[in-house]
Amino acid sequence: MERSQRIIVTVLGHDRVGIIAGVAGVLAENNVNILDISQTILQEFLVMIMIADISGSSVDLGSLKTRLAEKGRELGVQIDAQHEDAFVYMHRV
Amino acid sequence: MLGIHEILETIKMIQEENLDIRTITMGISLRDCGDADAKTACRKIRDKIARYAGRLVTVGEEIAREYGIPIVNKRIAVTPIALVAESAATGDYVYFARTMDDAAAAVGVNFIGGYTALVHKGFTGGDLRLVESIPAALQETERVCASVNVATTKAGINMDAVALMGRIIKETAARTADQNGIGCAKLVVFANAPEDNPFMAGAFHGAGEPECVINVGVSGPGVVKRAVERLSPDADMGLLAEKIKKMAFKITRMGELVGREAARRLGVPFGIVDLSLAPTPAVGDSVAEILEAMGLDRCGGPGTTAALALLNDAVKKGGAMASAYVGGLSGAFIPVSEDAGMVRAVEAGALTIEKLEAMTAVCSVGLDMIVVPGDTPAETLAAIIADEAAIGVVNNKTTAVRVIPAPGKKPGDRVEFGGLLGGAPVMPVSRFSPAGFVRRGGRIPAPIQSLGN
Repeated sequence: MERSQRIIVTVLGHDRVGIIAGVAGVLAENNVNILDISQTILQEFLVMIMIADISGSSVDLGSLKTRLAEKGRELGVQIDAQHEDAFVYMHRV
Repeated sequence: MLGIHEILETIKMIQEENLDIRTITMGISLRDCGDADAKTACRKIRDKIARYAGRLVTVGEEIAREYGIPIVNKRIAVTPIALVAESAATGDYVYFARTMDDAAAAVGVNFIGGYTALVHKGFTGGDLRLVESIPAALQETERVCASVNVATTKAGINMDAVALMGRIIKETAARTADQNGIGCAKLVVFANAPEDNPFMAGAFHGAGEPECVINVGVSGPGVVKRAVERLSPDADMGLLAEKIKKMAFKITRMGELVGREAARRLGVPFGIVDLSLAPTPAVGDSVAEILEAMGLDRCGGPGTTAALALLNDAVKKGGAMASAYVGGLSGAFIPVSEDAGMVRAVEAGALTIEKLEAMTAVCSVGLDMIVVPGDTPAETLAAIIADEAAIGVVNNKTTAVRVIPAPGKKPGDRVEFGGLLGGAPVMPVSRFSPAGFVRRGGRIPAPIQSLGN
C-alpha cells in the first residue's frame, strides 16, 4: 500500500472571525503545509475541510491532533485531523 | 481530490451512526508450545503471547487516533488448546485456561479465544479432557472464550459431542449462577467453524493458519440502517440491495485499511476481513432495526427471513469487492441480548427461538446470546444444538449456538450481562422432550452434499 502523508483537517461549528487564521496558525507552527481549503455552511454550521501535507511536520499526527483540539476549544469549534487514507479508501476504488 | 460531502459522510458514519472496527484479532499459533510438562508448556504459551501481542493494544490505539475510527476491541485467538495441552501429562487443563487469562491480561486484551476442541468426528483424550474442563475454566477465568466444533459438512454431526455440550452448557451456567450464567456467553458450539474468525466468543487460530496473523471484524448496522431509512418507502428490492451493497463496501474498506495498517505496523501478515454486520446494545446499532427499516412492523414477523436473506447477501456482495481477502463468519449477526431491536422484538412477542432458527439458515451465524429458562433440560439444549448444526451441515455454512440457561430464571424474566453482551428477556423453550433422540448417540452421517469430488 502506498503511504500518503496527507491529512484531512475538519472544522465544525458556528462561524466567527478568525477560524481559518487560527487553524492555519497551528498548522504553520508545526510546519504542516496546507494544500487545499474548502468550506460550506450546513444547517447554519460552518464546515471547513483542509487537506494538508505532514511530511515535513515537526510533530506526529497524535500531537498535532491535540494542538488542533486545543485551538478548537479556544475558538469554540470542533477541530479534528485524520489521515487522508481513511477517506480515500472508503470513497475511491 | 476528495469532495467535502464525501468527507462529511465518513465523519457522520463514525460520529452519528456507530461505524467502528469491532475487533482487531491477532491469531497466534501455539503449536510449538506443547510439552510433556504442563508448567513448561504454559510458560512457553505465556512467553509467546507476550512476544507477539505485546504491542497489539498500543498499535490499535495509534491507528484509531490517526485515522479517526474507533477500534472497539483488541483480541487474541490461539491454536485450539486441546491440540497444545494434549502432549502434557496432566488432567488439569484449567491450568492452561488460567495461563491464557494471565497472558491476555498482561498484554491488555479483553478476550482471548481458543479454549477449543474440534470434535466433529470424535474425541481424542485431550479433546475430552478439554471439553470436560470448560465449566471450571470459564468459572475461574475472566477473558478466556471457549468453543467446540461438533459438526462439519464433511464429517456429519457428532451426536455424542452434541449431547455432552448440552450438559457442559448446563454446568457452566450453574458454576456462574451468581452472574446469571455468564460463563455460557463465552462458550460457542459450532458446525463448520471457520479457522480465521476474529469475533468472540468463537475465535480460534486454526491448524491451517500461519504462525501469526491479523484478522479484522468490522461493524456498521447503524450505517446500513440510516441508509435504508433515507430511501423512499417505495424503493424496490433492487434499489434496497444496491444501497446496502454500497454501504457494505464503504464499511468494509475501513476494515481493509485498518487491518493492513495494523499488520504492517506489527510486522505480521494480514489475514482476512470478516464482512459481518455486528450489532451492539447501543441505540441504533441494531440488525433488527435494519429489517424494520425495510418495512417490517417488527423483526421476527412474517417476511423477516426474506428481508434478512436480502440484507445478508447484499452485505457480502458489497463487502467482497472491498477486501482482497474475505473470511471468518462474514454475514449479518443476529444475537438477541446484544441487539436492542431484537430484545424489543422478543418483548413484543414477535421473535421466538423457532423464528431465529429459520433466520440462521440465511445469515451468519446461529442462535446467539439467547437466554432460556434455567430449568431447560440438557437434552433439550443438545437437541437445539443438533437442529442448528443440521442447518449448517446441510447448507455448507457455519452455524453456532450460544445459549444461556440462566439459573433460576423463568420466561419473561430479564437478565443483564452488561457491556457489549447486553441483556435480554428469558425466551420460552418447547416443553416437548427430545431425550430419546439425543440419547442414541453416535454420529449423524455426512450429507450427500459432502460428496463433491
